[in-house]
Amino acid sequence: MTLATIEAEQGLRAALALDPAGVVATIRESGMKGRGGAGFPTGLKWQLAAEAVAPDGVRYVVCNADEGEPGTFKDRVLLAELPDLVFEGMTIGGYAIGSHEGICYLRGEYVYLLADLEACLERRRAAGLLGPDVAGSGFAFDITIHLGSGAYVCGEETALIESLEGRRGEPRNRPPFPVVSGFRGAPTVVNNVETFAWAAAILARGADWFAHIGTDRSTGPKLLSVSGDVQRPGVYEFPLGVSIAEVIEAAGGHDAKAAIVGGAAGTCVPARDFGRAISYEDVSTGGAVIVVGPWRDLLEVAENLQWFFANESCGQCTPCRVGNVKLLEGIRALRRGELTVQQLEDMVSLGQTMRIASKCGLGQAAPNVLLSIIENYRSEVLGHIPVGAR
Amino acid sequence: MITLPAEVEAANAGLIEAIDDLVAEYGDDRSALIPILQALRQQRRQISDVAMQVVADRLGIPPVDVQGVVTFYHFLDTTPTGTHVIHLCRTISCAMAGMGAIAARLEHELGISFGETTPDGLFTLSWANCIGMCDAPPALLLNRQALARVTPDQVSELVLGLRAEVSGMIGA
Amino acid sequence: MTTTLRLGTPGMPGGPAVTSTSVTVTVDGHEVEVPVGSTILEAAEKAGRRIPTLCHHPDLPDVGVCRICVVEVTGQRALQASCAYPITTPIEIQTYSRRVRQARQTIVDLMLAEHCGSCQTCGRNGNCELQDLAAEYGSDHFRFGQRTEPTRLFDTFGPSIRRDMNKCVHCLRCIRTCAELQGVGALGVIGRGDSTTMSPYLTLPISDVVCINCGQCINRCPTGALQEVDNTDDVWRAIEDPTKHVVIQTAPAPRAAMGEEFGLPPGTPVTWQLNSALRELGFDKVFDTNFSADLTIIEEGTELLVRLYENLVLGDHGRPVPQFTSCSPGWIKYLEHKYPEFAPNLSSCKSPQQMFGALIKTWYAQKNGLDPADVVSVSLMPCTAKKFEAHRPEMTDSGFPDVDVSLTTRELGRMIRELGIRLPDLPESDFDDPFGTASGSGVIFGATGGVMEAALRTVVELVTGGKVEDLFDHADITPVRGFEETRYAEITLPDTLGPVPPLLAHLVPDWDWLRGVTLKLAVVHGTANAQKVMEDIKAGGRFSECHFIEFMACPGGCLGGGGQPIPTSKEIRSARAKAIYGEDARYGETGRVRKSHENPAVLRVYEEFLTDGPCGHTSHHLLHTTYTPRGAFIATPSMTVPATTNATTNAPTNGGAR
Repeated sequence: MTLATIEAEQGLRAALALDPAGVVATIRESGMKGRGGAGFPTGLKWQLAAEAVAPDGVRYVVCNADEGEPGTFKDRVLLAELPDLVFEGMTIGGYAIGSHEGICYLRGEYVYLLADLEACLERRRAAGLLGPDVAGSGFAFDITIHLGSGAYVCGEETALIESLEGRRGEPRNRPPFPVVSGFRGAPTVVNNVETFAWAAAILARGADWFAHIGTDRSTGPKLLSVSGDVQRPGVYEFPLGVSIAEVIEAAGGHDAKAAIVGGAAGTCVPARDFGRAISYEDVSTGGAVIVVGPWRDLLEVAENLQWFFANESCGQCTPCRVGNVKLLEGIRALRRGELTVQQLEDMVSLGQTMRIASKCGLGQAAPNVLLSIIENYRSEVLGHIPVGAR
Repeated sequence: MITLPAEVEAANAGLIEAIDDLVAEYGDDRSALIPILQALRQQRRQISDVAMQVVADRLGIPPVDVQGVVTFYHFLDTTPTGTHVIHLCRTISCAMAGMGAIAARLEHELGISFGETTPDGLFTLSWANCIGMCDAPPALLLNRQALARVTPDQVSELVLGLRAEVSGMIGA
Repeated sequence: MTTTLRLGTPGMPGGPAVTSTSVTVTVDGHEVEVPVGSTILEAAEKAGRRIPTLCHHPDLPDVGVCRICVVEVTGQRALQASCAYPITTPIEIQTYSRRVRQARQTIVDLMLAEHCGSCQTCGRNGNCELQDLAAEYGSDHFRFGQRTEPTRLFDTFGPSIRRDMNKCVHCLRCIRTCAELQGVGALGVIGRGDSTTMSPYLTLPISDVVCINCGQCINRCPTGALQEVDNTDDVWRAIEDPTKHVVIQTAPAPRAAMGEEFGLPPGTPVTWQLNSALRELGFDKVFDTNFSADLTIIEEGTELLVRLYENLVLGDHGRPVPQFTSCSPGWIKYLEHKYPEFAPNLSSCKSPQQMFGALIKTWYAQKNGLDPADVVSVSLMPCTAKKFEAHRPEMTDSGFPDVDVSLTTRELGRMIRELGIRLPDLPESDFDDPFGTASGSGVIFGATGGVMEAALRTVVELVTGGKVEDLFDHADITPVRGFEETRYAEITLPDTLGPVPPLLAHLVPDWDWLRGVTLKLAVVHGTANAQKVMEDIKAGGRFSECHFIEFMACPGGCLGGGGQPIPTSKEIRSARAKAIYGEDARYGETGRVRKSHENPAVLRVYEEFLTDGPCGHTSHHLLHTTYTPRGAFIATPSMTVPATTNATTNAPTNGGAR
């Protein structure tokens, strides 16, 4: 894994040798887009936060370690194996945007990582890498860890901020975006764990190194969490633009029927499309590839994931709160052979509305897997509908 | 400050002191709410009615807002939990890898369904949504530890071991 | 005027500062200029496009959760909630594209799938926003099913508000009303996902938590999920019982709004037609609450002068200043819960509703040879908290409940409609004696600042011996009028003051101590504003130096009460206020009495019944009351706690006995 080969604090030293604008420019030049899945250019996000008017000069850097996407575990591995690199990246981000306070929002399910992460922060403070004078540069920055309490939706950045503020994790309306008004109303950069790690690597190895990996619009390497019906599940690093087939091959998946790329919020890619590329311009993902073997009933997979969304919906907006339950009921009726074609069409129409009318990314992504299954496996799905109801 | 009826205050003196200590530690800003609730849950295995009202009072928010937060997050709850809380991941990678057999064995060994606590107060059995152990399924959380690649027989051993630990402690 | 605004949301910290006041928005091809920070909804309205809304309410901060108002913003993949999207750069929107229409239809169908309850049996039939949306956007069948069995809480336990959560569509308007508009926090969001409910703490009946019964949540509920407790049948039964003598008092605020129940524009007063309708309904007598409003002013004004004398001159700090008004039962309960230590600041005067009721069961019954047990005292109020007030155990000083049934504007509207008459077409008729006469001061009780203005008209004249018109044109004390959240006013008394009038001679020896004194006054409406003022008082701020503060629980005062017709908005409340001040002005133009202490009917009560004068023994017994410091603790079934009933007495001492 490339990240394991980055020399400790090389990125931080390189950053502190530049002015903050220079750091932002380096990240922009690397072309890196957020590794959480939404794909917003990281350098632009940092620039917006740096330029935003901050009351009392307060800005925040938040590490989104609320890795809740089913099938995703690369951040867990990073936090367990390379916590210094993640915190180094956060410190670089703080320097770039003029923030002195970093918060790592660690999902409650990862509570077993907490002690080691706290120890890592303590070591960094002792080494002068955090605190009032980071690496002798005069720049002050420290990081605290906030433990989540079990809510998938808090991976959505505005829900995460609400949770940090002691509220229910209900996503906010955007605009305003967190880079303008985030935690406590201050400009806030929220980035994924992996994004911070790569940011440190980019400062260490240079924007060019990163930009020359991957495709024009999807630069750099990406960590992928591969699970499901494969022989060697685990975290794999590939340049963006890699084909789905290559990823499955590496993990030892044979005769796969489908791959759910992007986790529960992703899309179900049929075997005939395994030549497609994992990239922001083709099949985008925060890192999950769940391989589905040939013997699986895809509707069983769909039911499991729809239950997940119905259970994890914050309940705020109508399309997501009611829509997920209706989709779940529909999948169950379909599996029992009790759905009509008209009702299936209504489910598709509902899914399409959820995609565009839900308040946040959770509700917008919740119907994706089901819709892609209905689209790509139409005859298999219609096979569940009694002849008289077609 | 909220005035509690004398008998309520007397019955909850320890709890109230614990809350005041937590408020001293985390502050009385709304941001302190979740850390305080997490600590109460950890210390006392329950976030009681009195706890919610006192926390609400100390942070200057309505008690229904505290309940709103408690009922929003999976790991906060108003009902008391057992000494050991088992969260079995029921999401896709674990479901594809034999989660159902683990669930059945857990219910059989513990004699309870998901969402319940054993009558001896030793175990609470809950579901979890994806705990990020998809590379080693099926997985569960036992209290604050993740256990991966769990087999049904390991579940039986685990339950047996935890029960023995407690009876051993009582025996000693 | 040029203001500096920032990219992002106005009022929010933003990106590079830009100086601009307006921005161009293209709505369905039509360009409009709107101020920077306007929402898409506002821009569309300016362009003449109505976008459907549900969770949006003009009185509340927007949350963008129902999603019915979604529109296309060019360049964005997802639709945007127009109510919650502040415009900061030129944008192009489409309000009725195929995607938008499909989304709206689906959303309405989802709401219908979640909502359980039939329109035919609902109190909001014909005035329901979900019904309207279904008519405009829904499909021709329940595409996503329909719940037929109620599974959620139907709370009918309290005296004021009933909540049927089966009809709830999760717009959060009640939550925002309670938490943000009123600062009470009786309701919150519990649970998550599909099991989310709008609920009081621990799903208790709302009457068991810190709720002030103001009913503002009802006024903002789009469906029938929140309604007043319906007491119309109690009234019908009384009217149908030949052994009962049924009287009704009507307050000014419902009279300024009742027309809305019959399709008249807001601000059309129907006072005199209503009298005819009430007689048609079968009430034996129709009285004017303004009468007891005048009585309240005499009592409360006297109490104020006595309190100031005792506090400022005699140094009796057991009678703390400022004195707070006590007409608003929502405000009373708010104070009892949140600021119980300030109960001694509350005027001990009962509200006009209760004063009237007490006189009906005593003086009126005696005069007319009626057994008070056979007299049914009904009130028409703009208010759901009045129902709670009528139920208070303190309100039975005559041995009978002062008020047997308190009806809201909406309930009486339903009764009149049941009667099959069209209110606006009825002939006008007057109120009944002996309470027929009222002053213009009584009328303005219905608006925020009205009690203060009425009290000042009386206090100033009692003290100066002159005319209030010498200080304020037409006796319009405009500094205390308006809809600002809090109003602060100062009135400096002249150096020459009059003699103490005979009515008060037993209470205060002279006015010397008031010469040249500047009275500091404040008017507050909406309990969220009351909270700000109370916190200021606790911190020793400028409101702590006031002598007298009017508090009304509801925004706009009684005219914006929780029992008033639905919908409500700032514009509707302003229209009702115009009707109320118009009625007061007509009193002046027609040569009728505009000051409480000049009301001959009130003076007659003091001559015939309350013979020991304002704040005397009889009035103390019948017209004054005590309060119950309740605190914020919520006794729940899991705790077996005896109810706290340490009522403190806060009635004025009889100055004459001093």
